[in-house]
Amino acid sequence: MNKFSQFLHSSLGNKLLMSFTGLFLILFLVVHLIGNLQLLIDDQGVAFNAYSEIMEKNLLIKVIAYALYFAILLHTYKGIDITIRNRKARGAQRYAVKAKSDTTWSSRNMALLGSLLFVFIGIHMSDFWYKFKFGSHGDVDFYAMVDLSFSQLWIVIFYVASQLVLAFHLAHGFQSAFQTLGLRDGNYTTVIKNIGTGFAILLPLLFAIIPVLMYLDIHPMPDFRVFPGQ
Amino acid sequence: MKLTLKIWRQGGEFGNGKFETYQMNNANEHMSFLEMLDVLNEELISQKKTPVAFEHDCREGICGTCSMVINGQPHGPLKGTTTCQVHMRHFNDGDTIVIEPFRAQAFPVIRDLVVDRSSFDRIIQAGGYISVSTGQAQDANAIPIEKDVAAKAFDAAACIGCGACVAACPNASAMLFTSAKVAHLALLPQGKVESHKRAKAMVAQMDEEGFGLCSNYGACEAECPKEISVANIAMLNREYLNANLSRSDS
Repeated sequence: MNKFSQFLHSSLGNKLLMSFTGLFLILFLVVHLIGNLQLLIDDQGVAFNAYSEIMEKNLLIKVIAYALYFAILLHTYKGIDITIRNRKARGAQRYAVKAKSDTTWSSRNMALLGSLLFVFIGIHMSDFWYKFKFGSHGDVDFYAMVDLSFSQLWIVIFYVASQLVLAFHLAHGFQSAFQTLGLRDGNYTTVIKNIGTGFAILLPLLFAIIPVLMYLDIHPMPDFRVFPGQ
Repeated sequence: MKLTLKIWRQGGEFGNGKFETYQMNNANEHMSFLEMLDVLNEELISQKKTPVAFEHDCREGICGTCSMVINGQPHGPLKGTTTCQVHMRHFNDGDTIVIEPFRAQAFPVIRDLVVDRSSFDRIIQAGGYISVSTGQAQDANAIPIEKDVAAKAFDAAACIGCGACVAACPNASAMLFTSAKVAHLALLPQGKVESHKRAKAMVAQMDEEGFGLCSNYGACEAECPKEISVANIAMLNREYLNANLSRSDS
């Protein structure tokens, strides 16, 4: 085995892969959120449609998109692989008494939360991404498609619930990624923990209010265009 | 003090292991936990029964030999305390106490509460040393080391290698132990030279022994009798990443 594959197969190499792909996905979520927030502009979807078109046609975005699919699959595969390895390490014989744990609920349930998120991503992509990509040809009104989906209450509830799962996954994942990279020492520890907690609350919350406001037909952001109606 | 003890018995007439219940009528609050077990064993011997096997050595909280999981907690209910330093006054008259061995794939049970922790020895043998003679203990201040750094190295060196971190970790990961050893040596000038080689070799051995991966739960830090910080794990991660990024093979 050469040096690199030895590194990738080691326990720490595996953890670093989880950390890098996780941080990349976190970065993507921020970009995704900025795009989504345009759904809340009171302009019947002009800004969102223009943005969607750029995302569709830009070559650089396409390349990044493939990197993203790869990151999601790798993060999921490694997550399952690591969970199986850890179960084996714990051994068949479990403790008879389970003492009150000092660990957080989300840290102990990352595999479950991750699996739920993977299912969500599957449904989410077949719902929007597939229709965007392979739906009707020609000019597509992306905004109208999203608006139609979010006029159904059960879809809104499903999206909000999924964001709650994301919040718990991020609550542990964010700070864990930094710990794995070794970027946690002394004073940083509290700062990274606090930023992580804030991020885990704020990002899913902003994602979740979009379907709710669209369901209620509220568009709180004003139309910034210089010549509205164009 | 009257106690009901549920103790894991394994090996010999107990085969693959099961819990046995013992009534303890003559314990008192001044006994240490291990003294209480000594009294139980004397009773068992007088009844011509097999005494409970458990490990102990210094009984001063510094050797790392005593183990066992008491009511689901490695080294029992007290923070920063080894089993030998837990006294019966921390339990109540009439309590039922469940005593189990440390459980992990890499710590197979030898008998009753005794587990084989030689996997830790092999991790140390892989790189937990300095390969040149560093001579006698240095004169104070002969090698200047910043106070903060010396304190960090000392905190890491406090690890007694008992294995409570592995016992507490839901993944049975040995990262706290390994990282304490790596950090302790990497922080000091004598150990710094070989820090990359050491991190790689000790991690490779740790994987080889079948310990789990660190999920950053923090259960190890909470149960560690020497309160070793998970900041050491961050440092091991850093050392390991640097070791793999650097061009030199050392």
